[in-house]
Amino acid sequence: MECEVIVVTSGKGGVGKTTTSANVGTGLAKAGKKVCLIDTDIGLRNLDVVMGLENRIVYNLVDVVEGNCRVKQALIRDKKNPGLYLMPSAQTKDKSAVTPSQMIKVIEHLKEQFDYIILDCPAGIEQGFQNAIAGADRALVVTTPEVSSIRDADRIIGLLEAAGIAKMDLVINRIRIEMVHRGDMMSSSDVVDILGIPLIGIVPDDENVVVSTNQGVPLVGENCPAGLAYANIVERIQGKDVPYLNLQKGVSFFTKLSSLIKKS
Amino acid sequence: MRLFFRKKNSCQVAKDRLKILLISDRVNCSPEMMELIKTDIAKVISKYMQIDEEKMEIQINTRKENTGRNSKPVLYANIPIVDLQKK
Repeated sequence: MECEVIVVTSGKGGVGKTTTSANVGTGLAKAGKKVCLIDTDIGLRNLDVVMGLENRIVYNLVDVVEGNCRVKQALIRDKKNPGLYLMPSAQTKDKSAVTPSQMIKVIEHLKEQFDYIILDCPAGIEQGFQNAIAGADRALVVTTPEVSSIRDADRIIGLLEAAGIAKMDLVINRIRIEMVHRGDMMSSSDVVDILGIPLIGIVPDDENVVVSTNQGVPLVGENCPAGLAYANIVERIQGKDVPYLNLQKGVSFFTKLSSLIKKS
Repeated sequence: MRLFFRKKNSCQVAKDRLKILLISDRVNCSPEMMELIKTDIAKVISKYMQIDEEKMEIQINTRKENTGRNSKPVLYANIPIVDLQKK
């Protein structure tokens, strides 16, 4: 199959880009695909710790670009998931260590060996962002249902459009269904309505995400709300039509009733 | 009981604020440029009638029926006329 290069981006920091990259990448590998995760956040690398691979880094993205090693030497193989590789970012350099054309060159090289390349984009819209989107075919835009994060996502969508990346999908992270029912949080349809790009997944706010990050084991596919939500996103990325999770489970009858009263 | 009679929930407030915010973000029109547009419009209209430049207001908005990315911005101008006859 043709390799697909997906950039995971958001504009705002701390909305779950790295968690989404790790889970989507791991999920695709579990589905039998050959996946390469690339951390493009030079100077503030984190994908390695989320994946639990931080102790095995020898070379990194900047070493590859500077010619200190071959591309293959910088790839860390995930022992738990065959077919999953990580190219870590450098911790000591800054974003200017790499240019968009160098990123494209690295990606072109990797394309031959992988089914999916997932790029974890840094926060912001400066050079790090430009590097991350340079070689991408499609984008996952991550947002939480908050004003600041939605505003930044809107700006990112505009920049992606300008860069010619037409295929964009929205991941709404950290939804709290109880708050949506109370009318104190925007629902997924509110967010989709405002941003106007197709929805690919809704990830509920789930404590298990913190636990999985602590352990360095992505929770995709596990039997918890976020694990199931990520598993569904992985299916949808591959073009499968999967129904959305029933997030109502656990919402009390009274909450449902009172939200009905408020709506009318 | 007050909970039930709240005027507007915070979700609605957020949506309303975002809609207006994103319109101006997307248009990317600086306040200086808006001011220039405003004085130019005032100049042209003043050729034909007497207007109240102090109370005149212009803003970029969208038509109500459109939301999301496909909404087209509109330039809205409210120009009070003092006298339809030119002085």
